[in-house]
Amino acid sequence: MSAVTTAPAAGSARDLTRRFLSNPGAVIALIVFVGFCIAGFGAPWIAPQNPYDLRQVDILDSLMPPGSESFTGMTYWLGTDGQGRDMLSAMLYGIRISLVVGLASGLLALAIGALVGLIAAYRRGWVDTVLMRIVDLQLSFPTILVALILLVILGRGVDKIIFALVVVQWAYFARTVRGVALVEGARDYVEAARGLRLGGMRILLGHILPNCLPTMLVVATMQMAMAISLEATLSFLGLGLPPTRPSLGLLIANGFDYLQSGRYWISVLPGLVLLAIIISVNLLGDRLRDVLNPRL
Amino acid sequence: MTAVLELRGLQTSFVTPAATIHALRDLSLTVQRGEILGLVGESGSGKSLTGFSINRLISPPGRVTEGEVRLHGQNILALSEPEMRGLRGRKIAMISQDPMMTLNPVLRIGTQIRDALLAHEKLDKAEVRRRAIAALDEVGIPAPEDRLSAYPHQLSGGMRQRVAIAIALLHQPDLIIADEPTTALDVTIQGQILALVQRLCRDRGTALIWISHDLAVVAGLADRVAVMYAGRIVEEGPVDDILDAPAHPYTQGLIASVPVPGQRGGRLQQIPGRMPLLTDLPPGCAFAPRCPRATEACATMPALTPVNSTRAVRCVHPLIKGAEA
Amino acid sequence: MAEYITRRVLQALLVLTVMTLLVFFGVNVIGNPVYIFASSECDQACLTAIIKDLGLDQPIWRQYLTFVGNMLQGDMGKSFTHGVPALHLIFERLPATLELAFAALVLALVIGLPMGVYAGLRPEGIGAKLIMSFSMVAFSLPVFWIGIIMILTFSVQLGWMPSVGRGDTVDLGFVETSLLTLDGLHHLAMPAFTLSLIMMAMVIRLARAGMREVMFTDYIKFARANGVTERRVLGVHALKNILIPIVTVLGMEFGGVIAFAVVIESIFSWPGVGKMLIDAIAVLDRPLIVAYLICVVFMFVTLNLLVDILYSLLDPRIRLGGGRA
Repeated sequence: MSAVTTAPAAGSARDLTRRFLSNPGAVIALIVFVGFCIAGFGAPWIAPQNPYDLRQVDILDSLMPPGSESFTGMTYWLGTDGQGRDMLSAMLYGIRISLVVGLASGLLALAIGALVGLIAAYRRGWVDTVLMRIVDLQLSFPTILVALILLVILGRGVDKIIFALVVVQWAYFARTVRGVALVEGARDYVEAARGLRLGGMRILLGHILPNCLPTMLVVATMQMAMAISLEATLSFLGLGLPPTRPSLGLLIANGFDYLQSGRYWISVLPGLVLLAIIISVNLLGDRLRDVLNPRL
Repeated sequence: MTAVLELRGLQTSFVTPAATIHALRDLSLTVQRGEILGLVGESGSGKSLTGFSINRLISPPGRVTEGEVRLHGQNILALSEPEMRGLRGRKIAMISQDPMMTLNPVLRIGTQIRDALLAHEKLDKAEVRRRAIAALDEVGIPAPEDRLSAYPHQLSGGMRQRVAIAIALLHQPDLIIADEPTTALDVTIQGQILALVQRLCRDRGTALIWISHDLAVVAGLADRVAVMYAGRIVEEGPVDDILDAPAHPYTQGLIASVPVPGQRGGRLQQIPGRMPLLTDLPPGCAFAPRCPRATEACATMPALTPVNSTRAVRCVHPLIKGAEA
Repeated sequence: MAEYITRRVLQALLVLTVMTLLVFFGVNVIGNPVYIFASSECDQACLTAIIKDLGLDQPIWRQYLTFVGNMLQGDMGKSFTHGVPALHLIFERLPATLELAFAALVLALVIGLPMGVYAGLRPEGIGAKLIMSFSMVAFSLPVFWIGIIMILTFSVQLGWMPSVGRGDTVDLGFVETSLLTLDGLHHLAMPAFTLSLIMMAMVIRLARAGMREVMFTDYIKFARANGVTERRVLGVHALKNILIPIVTVLGMEFGGVIAFAVVIESIFSWPGVGKMLIDAIAVLDRPLIVAYLICVVFMFVTLNLLVDILYSLLDPRIRLGGGRA
């Protein structure tokens, strides 16, 4: 009897890690991503200058190409922008904001979506119908349109863009988690747990949720890439973050005006970083999906 | 007179980098003009694959790796793909299993008939329409001119199978391969379709290979029968002879598992075990693990050996005297 | 059928109502437009006059009712900054946006469909791998960044393409279009291509998946078995089946494309409604913002409704199958 009450084993963690690392692309993506995380979160300590401390920025140093030296003898390895900020420092801070926005919105959306999905799958009946109707409606609207409307209404701000991103993302999580939970809920071990009169909460959290984790991890990774990309797009339009907290998207937008005059670095360099982050997160997600093989 | 179709030592394999699986082996068959051959076997025995090997429509990575397919004496495996296309539908036609799936769901019946017609003949619009109506009329579809503009889902299963048969008969082919065309239909409709196909083939002298897992259907329809097991023919001969006195223990098992009218209450026999996977065949006779007569001698593959002038069996211990391999 | 359509229409109306509420109340709690109109010498009496003139002294629910009432008569208020009816401005700019979106749609189909079909037919080939990588990149990279790189490469470095504006247009009497002049097409190419990338990636994926599925169906095998030419099998029998989901998704996405045009129009200074929205946001031109959002939501909901109804009419399998939820 005890055999059916244990959840199906999904391969040991060590085994999965080994399989994950057996793909060179995934390893490079992981190194790149971790590297950006360290660079971003360590920005205040690594960056040569605090680009938003006006005492450290000299307008006379504006628009200098990469490798130039400032009047005070500091080298701008990646050049300076229109306000004379060191691009390297600005980008490090930009990475930090982009990552924070992506992670925070992803995790919040995951939490809300997973909760809704689990409730829908567990309660079934009209609760399920109502919740999934809302999810369908949400998903039927293009993300960019919803984000646009919300940000026009809410204005700029880190909290506001996170809110907007959570609104456009939660439904994906809800739908996926519900799907997995429905399948898991029909399995023998859940039936057995029900038979043992374990409480609903315990079955949900102790049995169904752990089996949804692989799927949630994969979807969360993919969604994070999407969130970072969408945030950059909105910030580029001037709708996302305030100029005081410039993410990569805003840096690209600032440099866009100088593009025609050949000062490519202000726009292109943060763009390349953005690219690298998004591609590495996508590759990580792809590999996770191959290794964890969730039912998507 | 040369036979309409002759298979000689046909071998069809699925070749992947990981492994090569031989799905059909040493397959030899002859079908004469106007003859109906029943090809019988369990699912997975390779009987449908035999059909697709004949008209060269096996999905990759499968392909014919050895042997010949002779149509009126000509080996069609040597033909180029365009030449082969010219034969399909014109010389060799096919009717397949599930009438729900045989017709394209988003094309009108008329369009599908037209495409099959224009594949081999140059016809103007009016001629196409006339021929299409005639073809539908011939297979007993009422109000054929109205059906041309219908989509497949608007017809019943039996009607759809009739349309498929009409398409197969458009160019008066020499050979029709019918792959279990009645399994998905109601019993009464089954009977109608059987009678229809039988009549049309007899009238025109078309050779017919009727692929089925149902020995009872084949018994009432075919002239000769070939029994397949795990990719090989294990017994072949006139249908009545084989039903009266099977030579292969597998054939005997198949016959014993068919319910017979008038013997109610009698216990139906089953063949114990199941057919081995093609990836995991025993060295000799593939049926040996399930066979009551198996001995150590069965560990080498017996050849398909003539029992008499019309029959052959592939067995070390056949049920008929004088047929030992 | 009628019941299904009625239900869908009611649903769409409900969504529209909710969206107008959200947009109107949302936009009207941000900022205070009075200060845009008030010069620095404006005293309290002058301010009150402006407030009254703009209707801002009314309670917000009354403003909403007035707004809805006016909207139903085609009046969405006057733009604060331009001093002309907001709807008038939108209709003036909309053709440019629709032209861009339409061109993107055509590009997505014309480029994406062959690529997807090819990748579906030879899924293991190197071509398919390249196509799928392209689709992944086009789907996951921020489109505005691709646009910037295209400007940098083709306009700044190579000088081949104009990066700004719409180029010469032809007045067709009811609408101006740049599709009919060389200069117009030259200006349209880069923004339209950039805008089409996401749709193109979706078309590639859908076409590939559809092709892989459809090539294994019985009806494709049947068409081949009848000798139908490969060109017609692929171009009609297979394509028609995969087009239904693709057209549906594109129809549903078209509203999203209009919304996404905001990004493209900003990069390429394309004089459409999207560019106008960004300008309006910068100066807090509330009536214009509201009019834009409502118009896009309206277009989107209407398109979805039409696609749903058309889908149920077009696909012969759904037509009789009852309504989808």
